[in-house]
Amino acid sequence: MSEQPRWQEHYDATHLRDVPFETMSGVPVDPVHGDEPLPGQYPFTRGLHAAGYRSRLWTMRMFAGFGTAEDTNARFKEILRNGGTGLSTAFDMPTLMGYDSDSPWALGEVGRAGVAVDTLRDMEDLYADIDLSSVSTSMTINGPAAAVLAMYIAVGEKSGVARADLAGTIQNDILKEYQAQKEYIYPPRPSMRIVTDMIHYTSAEMPRWHPVSISGYHIREAGSTAAQELAFTLANGFAYVEAALAGGQDVDQFGRRLSFFFNAHSDFFEEIGKYRAARRIWARWMKGRYGATDERAMMCRFHTQTAGVSLTAQQPENNIARVAIQALSAALGGTQSLHTDSFDEALALPTEKAARIALRTQQIVAHETGVTNVVDPLGGAPYVEWMTDEMERQAEVIFAHLDELGNGSILEGVYAGIDNGYFVGEIADSAYRFEREVNAGRRIIVGVNDFVEGNEDDQTNLLRIDSTTEELQRKRLETVKHERDSVAVEAALASLRRAAEDASVNLMPPLIDAVKTYATEEEISNAMRDVFGTYVEQAIV
Amino acid sequence: MSAEPVIRIVLAKLGLDGHDRGIKVVARILRDAGMEVIYLGLRQTTASIIAAAEEEDADAIGLSMHNAGHLALAPAMLAALDEADLDIPLIIGGIVPDQDVPILEAAGVAAILGPGAPAEEVVAAVRNAVSA
Repeated sequence: MSEQPRWQEHYDATHLRDVPFETMSGVPVDPVHGDEPLPGQYPFTRGLHAAGYRSRLWTMRMFAGFGTAEDTNARFKEILRNGGTGLSTAFDMPTLMGYDSDSPWALGEVGRAGVAVDTLRDMEDLYADIDLSSVSTSMTINGPAAAVLAMYIAVGEKSGVARADLAGTIQNDILKEYQAQKEYIYPPRPSMRIVTDMIHYTSAEMPRWHPVSISGYHIREAGSTAAQELAFTLANGFAYVEAALAGGQDVDQFGRRLSFFFNAHSDFFEEIGKYRAARRIWARWMKGRYGATDERAMMCRFHTQTAGVSLTAQQPENNIARVAIQALSAALGGTQSLHTDSFDEALALPTEKAARIALRTQQIVAHETGVTNVVDPLGGAPYVEWMTDEMERQAEVIFAHLDELGNGSILEGVYAGIDNGYFVGEIADSAYRFEREVNAGRRIIVGVNDFVEGNEDDQTNLLRIDSTTEELQRKRLETVKHERDSVAVEAALASLRRAAEDASVNLMPPLIDAVKTYATEEEISNAMRDVFGTYVEQAIV
Repeated sequence: MSAEPVIRIVLAKLGLDGHDRGIKVVARILRDAGMEVIYLGLRQTTASIIAAAEEEDADAIGLSMHNAGHLALAPAMLAALDEADLDIPLIIGGIVPDQDVPILEAAGVAAILGPGAPAEEVVAAVRNAVSA
């Protein structure tokens, strides 16, 4: 039976942007061309919505964070003034690892690769004078994600925004930390309990919140192939679904709140095939294996970021071209939101100017190229359809391996693959293979192993993080510790510890209580380390 | 062919930085070039690196830094080597902006390898540092 009437019904019911849907030369274009399944129809290969970007462009979500909370707050306001439509927060390494700025582990790291957050006070300053009911916020943090979400809820409350009105995403994808990014605190199993508590809590209390952004980005950056990125990410997604189902949650309920995060690398068609395959695989598995009946719970919504690892330190301005091409692949792949990297990021955190060029790059793709007039404009092209099928085929081989490893459970298979070094080994092998090919000249990276004339005259201005940041942040922390009610802090931490010991208790309420006492992130993490232990990776080359 | 002694190098990530793609690739490059690579992994301290270098009788130490912490961490490592009275070269790989290179060299870092450094350059940098 033709899907055309159903598609038309959806399309007609969609509010469209007030722009002419015609070519630059004035030729009107239809919203969809080619074969069924049509966009907005299961299995969503061609997109989640009938009207695609005709109704809403992707969210231009630029990742930012450095220095103190005030520094980043100023950058956030700059992004919003320049037409950015969402915020995305980068935290520094101590924050990501559950340490405070005064920890010996924090030496040289405070405010360097992101913003330093030790207590609720920092979060208050980070989002000061930004209306949290009207922007959506993404927070890239995993190990201590629950404590940071608790802080965000508390900031909202203090500024008069109820948790139910907070919109955003917290990355909270702990599984890929063991596989690729390595920012874990506790071992995998207790970490999964924290994640499922958060899924449960937000499903019930925060209808506009995405409690986990299942991320292939870091897997790819660590060296995987496109198919491995796709397969490991979706397998992690299946693992969260199985964990939530085991906790008695409703797949149609929490399934709607899951979101994904992919890398936009340089092989144009491979990337587009990857995004299209991701939507199809997710829909098929959610429906077929996990019993979802609500189509919204079968939709693979994803954020995309251009590939940081593809940026070259040599002739850095060339990166602007790379980013533009990668951004175009994400748009043609139907991404829901996009971060474009700045050309200077192979060297340092971006300057304001470089970050603006990156934002402008996606604005050019969105507003000048015409690719947003048509949903899935490449659908039906033989090469694109073949590539989509091929990505799916390769991913299914990996799912079968994990399913076998876990005796019929992807969750157990993923645990086993973490425990036995499968993921890190596969990723390292791919990274090394790629490096050998570049080294042998079989792959050309412009400015790196060919076309190197001009490498010497780089005059890129870099963002320097003032070395006084560390000192300043430690003083801020000292002040907060001095001013707070330490009895209340101890009581809150004790009740958090008790909650951690009892798997039937949801950790979010005691975490919210704890952050409101201005307990530090490290104190909170330590309370949970006491119960859960810490994870140490085996060093494998 | 002269029987050159096999170079033993300790590789590690000092501090919290978890970017380990580069150092793992470097570990394989050096191993393929015939060196004995002792990779300590993530979240090492200056003390754990010194202990490993002594125990393994290392000829060199290689650290990878991607989080802009090099101006604090490299001098801390050099100070720890001094204190332990260990006279072996320290090589830094990763993201070090050009303007920081002379600062680290003046502090006593033997070699600095940036992103995209070809395998031959990586191997030569270690050999030169060890024979210097």
